[in-house]
Amino acid sequence: MNTEILGLMLMYGLVVALAIPLGHYLGKVFNQEKTQLDVLFNPLDNLFYKLSGIDPAKEMNWKQHLTALLTINIVWFVISIFILMNMAWLPFNPDGNPSMSADLAFNTSVSFVTNTNLQHYSGEGALSYLGQLVLMLWQFISAATGMAICAVVFRAMKAQSTETLGNYYVLLVRSGTRVLFPISLLIATILVLNGTPITLEGKDTMLTLQGDTVQVSRGPVAAFVAIKQLGTNGGGFYGPNSTHPFENPNYLTNITETMAIFLLPIAMVFAMGHVLRRRKLAWMVFGVMTVGFLLLCLPAVVFEMQGNPAITQMGLAQPLGSYEGKEIRFGAAASAYWAVNTTCTSNGSVNAMHDSMTPLTGMFLMLGMMINCLYGGVGVGFLNFYIFIILAVFISGLMVGRTPAFLGKKIEAREMKIAMIIALLHPLFILVGTALASHLLLTFPEACANWLSNPGYHGFSQMLYEFCSSSANNGSGFEGLGDNTPFWNIGCGLVMLLARYLPIIGPVAIAGILARKKYIPESAGTLQTDTSTFGLMVFAVILIVAGMAFFPVLTLGPVAEYFSIIQK
Amino acid sequence: MNDKISLFQKDLLREAFWQSFYKLQPAKMVRNPVMFTVEIGTLVMLGVCLWILTGNQSQGSLGYNFFIFIILFLTLLFANFAEAIAEARGKAQANSLRKTRATTPARLQNGEIIPSSQLKKGDIFICQAGDIIPSDGEIIEGLASIDESAITGESAPVIREAGGDKSSVTGGTKVLSDKIIVQVTIEPGESFLDKMIALVEGSSRQKTPNEIALTILLAGFTLVFIIVTVTLKPFADYAQVPISIAAFISLFVCLIPTTIGGLLSAIGIAGMDRALRANVITKSGKAVETAGDIDVLLLDKTGTITIGNRKATHFYPAQGIELQDFIRSVVLSSMADETPEGKSILELANVNPASLSVQNPRFIKFTAETRSSGIDYANRRIRKGAADAIKTLCEKAGHSFPAEIANKVREIASNGGTPLVVAENEKVIGVIELQDIIKPGIQERFERLRRMGIKTVMVTGDNPLTAQYIAARAGVDDFIAEAKPEDKMQYIKKEQAEGRLVAMMGDGTNDAPALAQADVGVAMNSGTQAAKEAGNMVDLDNDPTKLIEVVEIGKQLLMTRGTLTTFSIANDIAKYFAILPALFMVGIPSLQSLNIMQLSTPESAILSAVIFNAIIIPLLIPLALKGVTYQPIGASALLRRNLLIYGLGGVLVPFIGIKMIDVLVSFFI
Amino acid sequence: MKTILFPAIRLTLVCLFFFMGVYPAIVLGLAQWAPNQGKGHLIRQDGKSYYANIGQSFTEDQYFYSRPSAVAYNAAGAGGSNQGPSNPAYLATLQARVDTFLAHNPAVKLHEIPADLITASGSGLDPDISVAAAKVQVNRIAKIRQVSEVTLYQLIAQQTKKPLLGLFGPAKVNVLQLNLALDKLK
Repeated sequence: MNTEILGLMLMYGLVVALAIPLGHYLGKVFNQEKTQLDVLFNPLDNLFYKLSGIDPAKEMNWKQHLTALLTINIVWFVISIFILMNMAWLPFNPDGNPSMSADLAFNTSVSFVTNTNLQHYSGEGALSYLGQLVLMLWQFISAATGMAICAVVFRAMKAQSTETLGNYYVLLVRSGTRVLFPISLLIATILVLNGTPITLEGKDTMLTLQGDTVQVSRGPVAAFVAIKQLGTNGGGFYGPNSTHPFENPNYLTNITETMAIFLLPIAMVFAMGHVLRRRKLAWMVFGVMTVGFLLLCLPAVVFEMQGNPAITQMGLAQPLGSYEGKEIRFGAAASAYWAVNTTCTSNGSVNAMHDSMTPLTGMFLMLGMMINCLYGGVGVGFLNFYIFIILAVFISGLMVGRTPAFLGKKIEAREMKIAMIIALLHPLFILVGTALASHLLLTFPEACANWLSNPGYHGFSQMLYEFCSSSANNGSGFEGLGDNTPFWNIGCGLVMLLARYLPIIGPVAIAGILARKKYIPESAGTLQTDTSTFGLMVFAVILIVAGMAFFPVLTLGPVAEYFSIIQK
Repeated sequence: MNDKISLFQKDLLREAFWQSFYKLQPAKMVRNPVMFTVEIGTLVMLGVCLWILTGNQSQGSLGYNFFIFIILFLTLLFANFAEAIAEARGKAQANSLRKTRATTPARLQNGEIIPSSQLKKGDIFICQAGDIIPSDGEIIEGLASIDESAITGESAPVIREAGGDKSSVTGGTKVLSDKIIVQVTIEPGESFLDKMIALVEGSSRQKTPNEIALTILLAGFTLVFIIVTVTLKPFADYAQVPISIAAFISLFVCLIPTTIGGLLSAIGIAGMDRALRANVITKSGKAVETAGDIDVLLLDKTGTITIGNRKATHFYPAQGIELQDFIRSVVLSSMADETPEGKSILELANVNPASLSVQNPRFIKFTAETRSSGIDYANRRIRKGAADAIKTLCEKAGHSFPAEIANKVREIASNGGTPLVVAENEKVIGVIELQDIIKPGIQERFERLRRMGIKTVMVTGDNPLTAQYIAARAGVDDFIAEAKPEDKMQYIKKEQAEGRLVAMMGDGTNDAPALAQADVGVAMNSGTQAAKEAGNMVDLDNDPTKLIEVVEIGKQLLMTRGTLTTFSIANDIAKYFAILPALFMVGIPSLQSLNIMQLSTPESAILSAVIFNAIIIPLLIPLALKGVTYQPIGASALLRRNLLIYGLGGVLVPFIGIKMIDVLVSFFI
Repeated sequence: MKTILFPAIRLTLVCLFFFMGVYPAIVLGLAQWAPNQGKGHLIRQDGKSYYANIGQSFTEDQYFYSRPSAVAYNAAGAGGSNQGPSNPAYLATLQARVDTFLAHNPAVKLHEIPADLITASGSGLDPDISVAAAKVQVNRIAKIRQVSEVTLYQLIAQQTKKPLLGLFGPAKVNVLQLNLALDKLK
């Protein structure tokens, strides 16, 4: 069998095999159950609480959780802006890189604090090592933010007529120290052993075999790449992200990094099963996500392995598939697989350039971000899925002749209102953002001349992709877009902000409201939410909400590009 | 009242037709956000037509634009028509009820005669044989047999008397015998019937919680498609594809869920109408909806599970007593017993009491203290009553309670019977066995309820042993034995505390608190005014099993909404495939490949989609009014079935429909 | 305000110390066992050292070509072309690369050119080419270097990196190592 396909099967099989036990471990971490690692982490966590002046026993309701989350995120944002705008004179700047402009610092800070990691800069030339390290800090704690708030929703789903849902800071710290830290350490070690640098020394100079002099950027890469992959962050140390041979030196590191993209998003689903003691529900959610993922992944892999039809028309053979923007050591299949992984999970790191992929692959990548819950970002992926569950419960509850209820809690007008607003946001941000960009481009063709590196439908896709990526807090890009301009920096920054926090506030509010409600025990007339039938319903709702809103734009972008190539 | 109103009667159609125009006024349309946006779209199209008339060339031909306008206008009318026809049917139903309320003269105590419409709460009137009762009220004096067929359709007369639970009379019914004095219990225009009429006429119809939530969902979808359509303009500009206003509006109207949006209020009205057809008057639409969610059903044993009352089935004389003598004593003791049990004893004995000669009989009435009844004559004292009552009686007099009788008592009770012990001069002479007769077919109904996920609870005054036996035989899930009114209340509260919704039926005044406490309380029309006030539905037929029908009507109501929503949204896929290629093909010819239905021209494609979108509304009106059939096959199976029919059907039907319309349309353009 | 803001600031500082300081320090410590103490994998030949993973530009006909690069193999400013598959300018660039290649390799027919030799990688630093891309250059190099084609094919076979464990991922050839080996042939 084709070794490239075998590689994909290995990656998927391994990640699921690891995610299930990891999910149970996560569940224990969230539930504060005993684990064997307590010896190590209990003292560490207690140190965190003591130094921060946090009382870990203090219970919070859903509003207090959200207040805590937003407050600490603002603190991070302020620190981030300060460091990025003053890197030039701060320490750890061996390459003498400059400070960031205000709009770029805004965009970058928003981008990393919101777990998006959209990068309108190239790391090796635009950041000092201090800048890189502070971004790495956000990679840790923004991922922990997602996990912690998702854990709050898990607790709320389990709760019966209660207000208190644990302590936010405790969940945040535990997610960071007990999950992200040890796994990142493991990944970083694998990377270092395979040739990824970790050093505070600046650029090296080398003379090539042909005699050219070339500078080689180095830095604390291994530590950075590990958490960027694990925390569905995706922001690369270097401009071209994990295509760079230092970020991702060989196929083994590629397997490790690909798995790291998926590991926590899948494990969070099983963590839900553990916290709620509803394994079957976890499998239903996992099943729906997997079917959706495969429907995007399989055609993308096929299209990339078939190569670019335009190159075939030139008379060249492409036995290995499309190679523009791809690395030989990964191959077309693993590149397409990574691409779908990274867009489905709101990770956004790349091991091949998405801009150069074939048109329909580009569409599947955008669909992954438009749906944004096929596994999804750590924690927030499940929150997005939760909204779809609420909508599906409502429609199917009516269809079986009962007032809709999820896990024994009635879904009423107030919850529907929140769910519908949250479901609306994503199309709103993406479509309005892209519409604004298209309009500006037509109205001020000269001022916007540097935006698009490609004409026509593909150029349209570049703009669409950027807003998909911002709104999905993904961070990958059709990188040909000339996006380091005030419009893109500020526009995408605002979208990232709103698209991060509103879809956290919504589900937490719904779950918090539901938690207070009276529990209705199940009967034969109750709609079972852990069945494949209900899974199908959720899937249909996802398709309708995501698919219907974006059908026209996708038609004008990738679909038009595809047909225009093949019908030449 | 029971005569069926066919789905589309001529006069109803005419009425609904005019109403659909009347409802076009924006103040009424704004209640329905989906259709309100369609109305705006229609107005825009009218503007476009006028613009073309003034010489604009950019929007295509007048005929095409005008045709789109007409179809959108029809879409609005169809939606209004659906609501209007549902209201008209409800009104027709209500009118047939209202006929019974035609003004009748009311004779006051002072002899004055006033029209019934002037009766106020608290007024007192007198009715004699042959009178039509002018208003709902409570008998304060007298007893009468009354023909209630005008309300219930049941021809057998019923007895109503002052005091107790059968004191309530309904306006429009007829007194057949005797004379009663009645106090009016309602203000004019506030009777249940009046309330119900207002509800089905839509004048006081409020949206139910589920309807509000669904409206939010539909409004949300509408907003999504507003965003989609509005942003399409700059996208199309970028791609240099010219798109006409007609095409934008058509795309928008086709995408928003007009099918369910147009039928939503019709479904709600039809639900109450169906309840009315089942002779149940509901005080609010919410009550019908809640009925669909019921988890626990409290049913009185007597009359619901068993036929009427217990019947005597066996006589067991004590040792040393001849059967003949025992029967004779039993008959004597039951001579004056007017209870159904007492009468059944005489039936079983088959002895004419008149043939037995006794001197100076003194009949002892049943009291709560003695819990026995009987007869005293000469020097004999015959008593019959509950085993423990008679036991106390005998033991007080120094006689022992025979062990064999005690065994018999236990045996009868454990077989679901009720033992009545008979004593003569404080010595036990035997036992009478009374048995309940379970209604035929009741087990199947309980089985059906169980499959619907509803727990049935039997309420009875019997002892636990008897109750358990009957509960098992009838197939109910639980029972409350030796029930006092407060037991019902407690049971309801307990179930509600665990989050379940409880329905119950009741008629007596002492049922009123429980009726009010229950989530669905169905009062019998024969019950007291207090009971009727406390419940949220009134059953005109006084049929205790009616609750089952009400539950199914509630479920149908929700299901019809859910399935039509699914159908409506699923239609979007085909509509997209019809309209999108039509929009873009001019500018991007390679997108012809998306025209998978092979629709003939862009104009015909858009027209076909809009026409399909319009005519699907009237085509689905019958379904909206009749409701989707409920089957108790379990929630998952039901979801599968409805997803298959309305989900998959909703995907496929418009592909076929739009293609067919396109073939027709392409003949003309 | 104080009760909400102060813990947030203090917790941020603790996290800053731990995740920005302690964590990378541990990785840095572990790296002392790694090749070149975590400063990147180096290979040495003839007294010079090269980064094994960082691709180099090979445009001279006496060497196996490396892939085109959008950044001319600048390892301090890596990047891809970001050209879309339908971009006419991009397709023209490809056509030019094909023409150049055919001019330098007259024995090769159009359909034999592997696509990776005319397309730029994502990083612009791709150290590898496909096995087919190496083989297609044998005729040219054999002529220039005066070695037999068989020797070159053997060299390619030696330098070919098999899929991981022989099972996973594509086979490839590291151009730098292949060319170093080529230089050693003399």
